[in-house]
Amino acid sequence: MIDQLDAAFNFHQQALSLRHERQQVLASNIANADTPGYKARDMDFTSALERAMQRGGGSGEGLALEQTSSRHLAGQASALPRGDLLYRVPDQPSLDGNTVDMDRERAQFADNSVRYQAALTFIGRRIQGLKSAMQPE
Amino acid sequence: MSMFSVFDISGSAMSAQSQRMNVTASNLANADSVAGPEGEAYHAKQVLFETRAQSRSGVGGVGVREVVEDPSPLRREYRPEHPLADDQGYVDMPNVDPAAEMVNMISASRSYQANVEVMDTNKQLLLKTLSMGEG
Repeated sequence: MIDQLDAAFNFHQQALSLRHERQQVLASNIANADTPGYKARDMDFTSALERAMQRGGGSGEGLALEQTSSRHLAGQASALPRGDLLYRVPDQPSLDGNTVDMDRERAQFADNSVRYQAALTFIGRRIQGLKSAMQPE
Repeated sequence: MSMFSVFDISGSAMSAQSQRMNVTASNLANADSVAGPEGEAYHAKQVLFETRAQSRSGVGGVGVREVVEDPSPLRREYRPEHPLADDQGYVDMPNVDPAAEMVNMISASRSYQANVEVMDTNKQLLLKTLSMGEG
């Protein structure tokens, strides 16, 4: 029963957690818009989500919790392993080596926020649907 | 990365940009200070930003590495009546460029605003996440 529930939520959970990771990457780009030499990062969301689904959110790459007893549960801190982050190709490079294009970052940030809300709505409706299916009527 | 590290990232950028704004204010305020604590005219100051990476991926906030003095030479003005004038009648004036400082101030305030917006958007998203499945 519980693993069926887990499977029902897994896709949306992975999508939401990747959206959150991307939100942090974009926030970091905006924060470092004036830092000399900073290279803007972003992820290829589709392939990152595919990889996260293949790993099934379980153990694999990325940070894992240390298990010192056989009764400990496996846990993963981050859905995003290192190496999934790519570098943005600047169309107007600046002399100080910074590749942050503020307009592009702001647009991507707004886009990502809306998609985060969409993923949130999906998972909320899913919970509601399962809840109403469990009503004893 | 924890759930709330976006706030750390945007918050660090906000404090770094406000420090840059402070330095700009100091430069503009001292644009005519001919005598400082060391007896010399005021030297314009600039902040140096650096990335404070939170993880090995290089994503992270920003901090001020150091505040450096502008190495450009002091402006020399011919004012023989000035009490600090040298033998030839020249006074060393601060090397502050008011136009560049105004540009710096506008840039800092825009960056600050962008980070406030990032923080605000994230606050709303996280509040919605906390009430997930309620209604």
